[in-house]
Amino acid sequence: MNIKKNIKTLIIEKPLKLDCGQTISNFPLAYETYGTLNKNKDNAILVCHALTGDQFVTGINPITNKDGWWAYAVGPNKSIDTNKYFVICANVIGGCMGSFGPSHENPKTKKIYGTDFPIITINDMVNAQVNLLDFFGIEKLFSVIGGSMGGMQVLQFVSNFPDKARTAIPIACTSNHSAQNIAFNELGRQAIAADHNWLDGNYASKNTVPNKGLSVARMAAHITYLSKKGLQEKFGRKLQERDDLKFGFDADFQIESYLRYQGSVFVDRFDANSYLYITRAMDYFDLVKQFNGNLSNAFKNTKTKFFIISFTSDWLYPTQENKEIVIALNAVNANVGFVEIESDKGHDSFLLDVPDFLKALKNFLDKSFIENHDEN
Amino acid sequence: MMKTEYKIIADIIENNSSVLDVGCDDGTLMEFLKTNKNTNIRGIEISKEKVQICIAKGLTVIEGNAEFDLKQFPNDSFDYVVLGQTLQAFVNPELVIRELLRVGKKAVVTIPNFGHWKVRLNLLIKGTMPITNSLPNDWYNTPNIHMCTIKDFVKFSKIIGFKIFKSLALENKNISNINRSNLFFKNLFGELGIFLIEK
Repeated sequence: MNIKKNIKTLIIEKPLKLDCGQTISNFPLAYETYGTLNKNKDNAILVCHALTGDQFVTGINPITNKDGWWAYAVGPNKSIDTNKYFVICANVIGGCMGSFGPSHENPKTKKIYGTDFPIITINDMVNAQVNLLDFFGIEKLFSVIGGSMGGMQVLQFVSNFPDKARTAIPIACTSNHSAQNIAFNELGRQAIAADHNWLDGNYASKNTVPNKGLSVARMAAHITYLSKKGLQEKFGRKLQERDDLKFGFDADFQIESYLRYQGSVFVDRFDANSYLYITRAMDYFDLVKQFNGNLSNAFKNTKTKFFIISFTSDWLYPTQENKEIVIALNAVNANVGFVEIESDKGHDSFLLDVPDFLKALKNFLDKSFIENHDEN
Repeated sequence: MMKTEYKIIADIIENNSSVLDVGCDDGTLMEFLKTNKNTNIRGIEISKEKVQICIAKGLTVIEGNAEFDLKQFPNDSFDYVVLGQTLQAFVNPELVIRELLRVGKKAVVTIPNFGHWKVRLNLLIKGTMPITNSLPNDWYNTPNIHMCTIKDFVKFSKIIGFKIFKSLALENKNISNINRSNLFFKNLFGELGIFLIEK
């Protein structure tokens, strides 16, 4: 696996002051692009990835050799049509797919950062990514789009840069993490910390990895991405390659085997410390508090056209939390559309083949794109 | 009849104004206002399917219920708020009217007239709840739980305390003004009442 060969990296020389107080500079931001930037440079879409995503949005991910995480939505003739649009996605800082993260070497100590890596916020992620616009000479994005943590980045992006996106599509997200969200993330972090191979984050120096902890974290999180109904329909009490219960602790049930599998494949592509850092960034995200208790102020005088999408069975970032964003936008007379998509696939709906969602996404983008061009 | 209603509403609304269409359905009126009156137009619609149709037309629509979701808009957010033939379907039409007038500087409200002679005759002769072209449902499955007549609406304006600037009756695709002296007849022959109101 030659990671470096397949990863495009922009070295960001400009110092970036992080929310934690530290300043970083000359750090790598790994990214990928799809489609072609047009002459006017007005067809660019920044896609922001979720907790465990990366820059390989669609096509075959060269590192995992699997489909990109948003292959259903992004590609030629798909909702985010790469025949029309130039799609950019960056691995978030704190991540583990080439961008500056805890698995990098600290130039001062010549050791892997581990938990010495500075705490990263959603705001920091966004402020790092905006450098890609300068790099490509893009003055204004046609759209900034993301689901889950990607949606948080979308909100932060338009708040930080009110003139840099014509449209914004935050999907299945929230303006601040609820106690339940934080609780689930803490469960994941504690699972990692409880793995004796974690070694307070210094596992790299001992040539080991806390795979068990990370895999349990993934299993727990995975449950939150699905709905009870979806799980019941897919697995019910079906048994795994056996006719009867074995009266032991093997994976008797299909759902157990499924979760174990999800955990085991996850550890091959994700770094445990990155998991800690990114979940922390999500927990710290609070756009309401950032604007002194009034979310509307985050979008004051915005010219961006918003389209907010939630899913009926998403209990991790439920419709109500998405609607609060709609309400805040309406309070400042922003141009905002909203739809709740019927789906029993839970929070993961935005990543899956949910035709109503994909249709709405495509229609909104294509119509908005035409509108912009009529005006020009 | 639908088309005529939209044309009348469009005639009432001034060019280049901001409009909220409450219960915007498939966005037909929104499109009409957008292209013909150059309005900055938004919609609220309760049906997911209809919202999808609006999105496909490039319209800005929020999936929601006017009874609960109008409160998210600040006072005087729009020049006009349009409520087409849905007042009678709300649990609390009084609250909806107050909200329309708070959110919009003006409101355009249309109501299917329950005082129309066909409706009256239907009930008088048959003794059952009226079923007409504009009121096609049975009593047990109709969404219309608060039917009113043109006369009721005029009376309602005095009780609630809002001003009626323009009141029109639609009858066989003909529109006519409603005034104090012809109210009895318009209430008998008008199929639809169209009102421009203000608080």
